[in-house]
Amino acid sequence: MSALTAQGLSKHFNGLVAVEDVTFEVPPGQVRALIGPNGAGKTTLVGMLSGRIVPSSGRVTFDGDDVTNWPAHKRIASGIGYTFQITSIFPNLSVWENVALAARRALSTPASVSQVVATSLSRVGLVDRQAEDAGDLSYGHQRLLEIAMGLAQAPKLLILDEPTQGLAEGEVTAFIELIAELSGETTVLLIEHNMDVVMQVSDFVTVLEAGRVLFEGSPDEVKASAEVQSAYLGGDDAAA
Amino acid sequence: MTTDLKKSLLLHGAVLAVLFASQFVLPAYHHGNLARVMILASYAMGYNLLFGYTGLLSLGHALFFAAGLYGMGLAMSQFDVGAGPALVCGVIAGTLVGAVIGMLALRTEGVAFMIVTLMFAQAGYLTILYFGTYTRGDEGFVIAQPDRVLLGLDLSDPTVRFFAAFTVFCIALIMCLAVVKSRFGKVLIAIRENEDRTQMLGYDVTRYKFSAVVLSASLSALAGAAYGILFGYVGASFASVQYSIFPLLWVLLGGAGTVLGPLIGTLFMFYLIDLSSGITTAYMLIAGVVLVLLTVFAPQGILGELRRRVWKWLP
Amino acid sequence: MDFGPYLMLATLEGAVTAAVLALTASGLALVFGVMRVVNVAHGEFFMLGAVLAWWVTQMLGGSAVMGFVIALCVVPVLVGCLAALTDMVILKRISYDPERTIVATIGILYIFQQVTLMTYGPDARPVAPPFNTRIALPWIDFVDGRLSLYWPWGLSITSYKLAVIASAGVILLALWLVMTRSKLGLMMRATEQDRDMALAFGIPVEKVYAFVFGLGAALAALAAVLIVPIQQAHYLMGGDPLLLSFIVVIIGGLGSLPGAVLAALLIGLSDGIISVFFSPTLAKILATLLVAFVLVFRPHGLFGVRRG
Repeated sequence: MSALTAQGLSKHFNGLVAVEDVTFEVPPGQVRALIGPNGAGKTTLVGMLSGRIVPSSGRVTFDGDDVTNWPAHKRIASGIGYTFQITSIFPNLSVWENVALAARRALSTPASVSQVVATSLSRVGLVDRQAEDAGDLSYGHQRLLEIAMGLAQAPKLLILDEPTQGLAEGEVTAFIELIAELSGETTVLLIEHNMDVVMQVSDFVTVLEAGRVLFEGSPDEVKASAEVQSAYLGGDDAAA
Repeated sequence: MTTDLKKSLLLHGAVLAVLFASQFVLPAYHHGNLARVMILASYAMGYNLLFGYTGLLSLGHALFFAAGLYGMGLAMSQFDVGAGPALVCGVIAGTLVGAVIGMLALRTEGVAFMIVTLMFAQAGYLTILYFGTYTRGDEGFVIAQPDRVLLGLDLSDPTVRFFAAFTVFCIALIMCLAVVKSRFGKVLIAIRENEDRTQMLGYDVTRYKFSAVVLSASLSALAGAAYGILFGYVGASFASVQYSIFPLLWVLLGGAGTVLGPLIGTLFMFYLIDLSSGITTAYMLIAGVVLVLLTVFAPQGILGELRRRVWKWLP
Repeated sequence: MDFGPYLMLATLEGAVTAAVLALTASGLALVFGVMRVVNVAHGEFFMLGAVLAWWVTQMLGGSAVMGFVIALCVVPVLVGCLAALTDMVILKRISYDPERTIVATIGILYIFQQVTLMTYGPDARPVAPPFNTRIALPWIDFVDGRLSLYWPWGLSITSYKLAVIASAGVILLALWLVMTRSKLGLMMRATEQDRDMALAFGIPVEKVYAFVFGLGAALAALAAVLIVPIQQAHYLMGGDPLLLSFIVVIIGGLGSLPGAVLAALLIGLSDGIISVFFSPTLAKILATLLVAFVLVFRPHGLFGVRRG
């Protein structure tokens, strides 16, 4: 059984096509990268998978359930962790409380919450910052905090929308290690611009262009594909 | 974390002790005022649950206060219900009205939510006037002393009244502290800080907001019902826009999203208006000026500023 | 009176209400459209217009015409300046945050209302109309199988009321011309479309805001000066125009001037007819519920404001 499937997903905004007839499957435990030039419809697609955007047509199944008509919060509660492309945290609350809010939904005792928060923060290396207001963290640390919030929910599927954007080089390396640790236990859907990251962490890559699936294959196959090359060279992101 | 809890318990215990003790030293006039302030502060605390902790700015809370007041008063005047059941009627009325308004108004956000709550409250006020045969409209009606006996205690007696007001205030305070410390309260704060994020952590935001509206309405209605029974009067002016603006003013002044802010704000404004109404009939001028000054210079209010600068642990 | 003549009379009276409402509401719509803020104190600018009109005519004494004409010219400017000042001193400081602006304008509402109570007092006072000839109106009917013209008893209107309708029309036309044809209107519309872009193109957005806020208030004041010879000036008179303007602006599509004028006509004209069937209180209950339900069930279509 697949962890996540999309069948014929489309989204039209006032007649403009953002995503058109996208079908793919992510098996459990896989790290799947979703790449494509700017405006390819990645964020719209992920929005439909997480329930933030209502699809014009098509179906989404997660963990054996048809979740197409589920509201976003119900999908998250059933085991999808989601990080925003534009960092979205609780700036006026402490780092600790940010992660605790993520952990608390599924846990009943304060002790178990504390434990999960501690593990999640230590995995992203923010333990010593836990008392600070999240808004006082640097941009890179805020991104890491958001990943920690994703981890704290112990999701079956973790959706990361451009997690390395704005991270320093050392932070990117740490992030790659983190995903490597997760692979096998958690299914990961990674929207990423940084091709180095994609090549190093993903098991399988789906390439999106102009709202459609252009190519699917292993990282090496993607690298070798002339189609993908031209799509990227056509865009401005080839260097990234 | 536990030292913060101790400090918080100590502070709130001390506030309750001071309020309790003040009845022995205050002259009669201020004694009565303080009873009034404690009830109104409970109303403000109900308002604060929604505005301060959940971040939903209602301009129509007078509807809930009045639902409690009239739920209690009409049960007494029309159906000859005793004081205890009448209080319960008031709270139930407020809770029901809160549920209906919550279902409707929560379909909107931000500015539209403010206008919608304002309009519903105004419709409620006019409805009270429209059914003047039962409500006696603007003039209102008096609750006679024999009806104000609860568990054998005469609530029109100043000492008993003070105790009753103190009890209502304790209920409100303990409820607020419990909410703020609970998982539920922490989700409300999360909604205030970032609604989108809270939803994407898997919380059913609409359900939490609805619960907050209902809880806030119930507490406001409890205050309304208690106010009517303790001071023996039910009138339409308590349903007017002014009584929706007051809790906003009190909470803003004392500090939105602080447990004790509503008490401080209510106490301060009550005496400010009390003093100025001795000088001029245009006492609402003070309310207007304070409202503008707060929005421009101190949106955090007294305790909000204090928490930001000194006492970070303040709940 | 027969139904026909009666309907004509109700329509004419309704047209007076509609004319004044259209002016007041277009002020509110303009402010919301360009600045994206809700001015809860709008009704108080209306009230100030009426009270200042009384004050100006009292001060000048002399002929009713002279006093009224001067009031008509001076009062809207005074109120407009006061509003622009309020904008610069208060609203600018809170960066026009939508929710805080509402709270601040509630405060402003009480300040203006209560200061008026302290100075002008609690009484309602009339202003003499500059002219007030009663004009009897004819009605056509079949008499003995052929059309004939006659003057039913009670079917009449004053020349002043007709003048109110006409001047409101002229003012609205002028406003529309300013908005669509002048450089000033272009600046306002550019600010409305995209504040940051307007700023980038060198439009003094802050000044435009102060001007628009002033203009919105001036329109309300103008409406009040026109109506004060028919109604009296009172410190609490701002409530009804505020509610009616809200209804008009929300039904007419927020921030849209033609929509507001159309809705004002609709509401003003139906006002006379509705009041035949319902008590004023019930009519107001229905009106407030109407506003609430439109906002609840068409939240984004009509009130496209997102949380700050």
